[in-house]
Amino acid sequence: MTRYLLRRLGHGLLILFGVSLLLFILQQAAPGDFLSDMKLNSQISEGTAKALRAQYGVDQPLPRRYGRWMLSVAKGELGYSFAYNVSASSLLAPRVLNTLLLSVPALAITWIIAVPLGVVASAWRGRWLDRFFSAGTSLALAMPDLLLALLAILIALRTHRYPVGGMHSVGAQDWGWFARMKDLGWHMALPVAVVVIGSVSPILRQVRSSMIAVLDSSYMRAAEGHGLRKWTLLFRHALPAAANPLISLFGLSVAMLLSVTLLVEVVMSWPGIGPLLLESILSRDLFVVIGAVMLSTLLLVIGNLIADVLLYAVDPRIRVQA
Amino acid sequence: MTQRKRTKLVWAAWFLAVLHLVILLAGFFAPYSYDTQDREHPYAAPMRVHLVDAAGRWHFRPFVYGLKAREGSLTAYEEDRTQMFPVNLFVAGEPYTVLGRFHFQTHLFGVQSKAGVEAPARIYLLGADGFGRDQFSRILYGGQVSLFAGILAAALSAIGGLFLGMVAGMFGRPLDDVIMRVGEIFIALPWLYLLISVRAFLPLQMSSTATFALVVGVIGIVGWGRPARLVRNVVLSARERNFVLAARGFGAGKFYLMRRHILPATMSVILPQMALLVPLFMMAEVTLSFLGLGVGEPFPSWGNMLASAQQFHVISSYWWMLLPGLAPAPVFLACHALADSWQEKLKSAV
Repeated sequence: MTRYLLRRLGHGLLILFGVSLLLFILQQAAPGDFLSDMKLNSQISEGTAKALRAQYGVDQPLPRRYGRWMLSVAKGELGYSFAYNVSASSLLAPRVLNTLLLSVPALAITWIIAVPLGVVASAWRGRWLDRFFSAGTSLALAMPDLLLALLAILIALRTHRYPVGGMHSVGAQDWGWFARMKDLGWHMALPVAVVVIGSVSPILRQVRSSMIAVLDSSYMRAAEGHGLRKWTLLFRHALPAAANPLISLFGLSVAMLLSVTLLVEVVMSWPGIGPLLLESILSRDLFVVIGAVMLSTLLLVIGNLIADVLLYAVDPRIRVQA
Repeated sequence: MTQRKRTKLVWAAWFLAVLHLVILLAGFFAPYSYDTQDREHPYAAPMRVHLVDAAGRWHFRPFVYGLKAREGSLTAYEEDRTQMFPVNLFVAGEPYTVLGRFHFQTHLFGVQSKAGVEAPARIYLLGADGFGRDQFSRILYGGQVSLFAGILAAALSAIGGLFLGMVAGMFGRPLDDVIMRVGEIFIALPWLYLLISVRAFLPLQMSSTATFALVVGVIGIVGWGRPARLVRNVVLSARERNFVLAARGFGAGKFYLMRRHILPATMSVILPQMALLVPLFMMAEVTLSFLGLGVGEPFPSWGNMLASAQQFHVISSYWWMLLPGLAPAPVFLACHALADSWQEKLKSAV
């Protein structure tokens, strides 16, 4: 178990390392940075700009800069925000929590919806229920997530039942914890719903197709011949057999969900990583951009690790290998 | 391959072909240019095309009424029943260029002001935006950016994936490992984060053409992983096929084998894959432009047209500003239908 986990952990670290290297190499191609924009400001002298460059180590060659960044990652700072004059991690930390607040419930709800519906669609393959689901998922896939988020705002504006974007009501910080929680849940409802609608379709389809592969096998037919009840057959026997590719999909679904979440955050002004990332791109706040992408990669790696652990629990072949 | 699938393939292909033709010839099908402003009528609602006039008389030729401001409002209009403008076919209007070199003036349809009448005739099938620019025309022109960005980016990443996948499959380790590991990173990462961060390190302010090329390049680079993995798997199985082994036995070189035997085998996966990548990358362009990182004003893309709907007063009062967001849906559905039935056809052909 430990050897298997360590190997998967090493793989995750390798991905993190690869992405950070990739980002630094790409960043090398960027024309100018936050500090070079200072030249336009006549109140900052040439000397000051140069001193700042030296202070932040921007004038150093790439390997050196990468080394410095790694050191600051080890200290938990993730580099430096030029625009806010604080460590990048202090900007990113609260944002990550907000993103998690949106994406973890969305992830859970997505899977809770997708698995039973996918199983049902596979069991009644070709019947009207299956057709209905397949039409619904096609439609949900074809709708741009942007449009879904904008429609959610429209609903909020028209019905006055839901808040129009944001995360807290004005003055919510003075309320009791229960009222604050209720307020938060009220603000979360629409964004979470949009993320779920935007990411449920591919998972539902995958559940359906891997279930169909299992249901077609001869041992399932044998179990059917023994007179097992349909629901027992589906959920007790077929679903565990079909679980393997689905658990691998879990890791990938984290990545997909994060992308949808980013868009929803920007459109519905949810103070997660997304709006910060966009803002720091426009102000060329290099380390914040890198930090945001690295954090999203970290979430992805964590998602994959969870999938690995689940796979270990479900699939005996992996236990034997490890 | 069933007859139903075959019909589906034909329908999807025809639909896409016609759609692309219309978008390509946007100047002809659009009554106005993408940047023609009408300062008199910002946010004009979609117009109704009438056949029966106010007096209850039937007209052979469809017509629209003129617009007049509603009492006490600046951006709400009602039909001015005293002014009728018949919708004419093949009218001479603003000059436009097709494919950047042919100049024309004839539009498929349009309305013309009558001599002696003050109010200019306008037709807004899908309403107008805040500058009084025709949404219908802008959606057609916007397709030139969004649709063709999708196609070009898909072609780019398919070519890149084809090349890298072939190299990985043919030359084996250690090249195979390196390419596939890097490809896995590209597949596994949240694509929007990746896309935005790659875009972040490139210049923000540029001309429209340069931005278009850049957006296509960025999307294409980010998306090479999936086609590369597919191609590699095909190469691995194809090079063990008997006729390939035989060719190798006769002394065929690696490059001859790749060109003559492996490349045709990969086509059956890469073409349907491209049909799936096109709508995906089209959405990527729409997203980038929406976020202000893609093609900018005045040139429309389905993404930057949607961006104005982020303002609450716009989205709550002028629903037609959301229409550009619906435009990708038919393309998406048609491309998926095409990929689905095409895959089957190629499979049954092998």
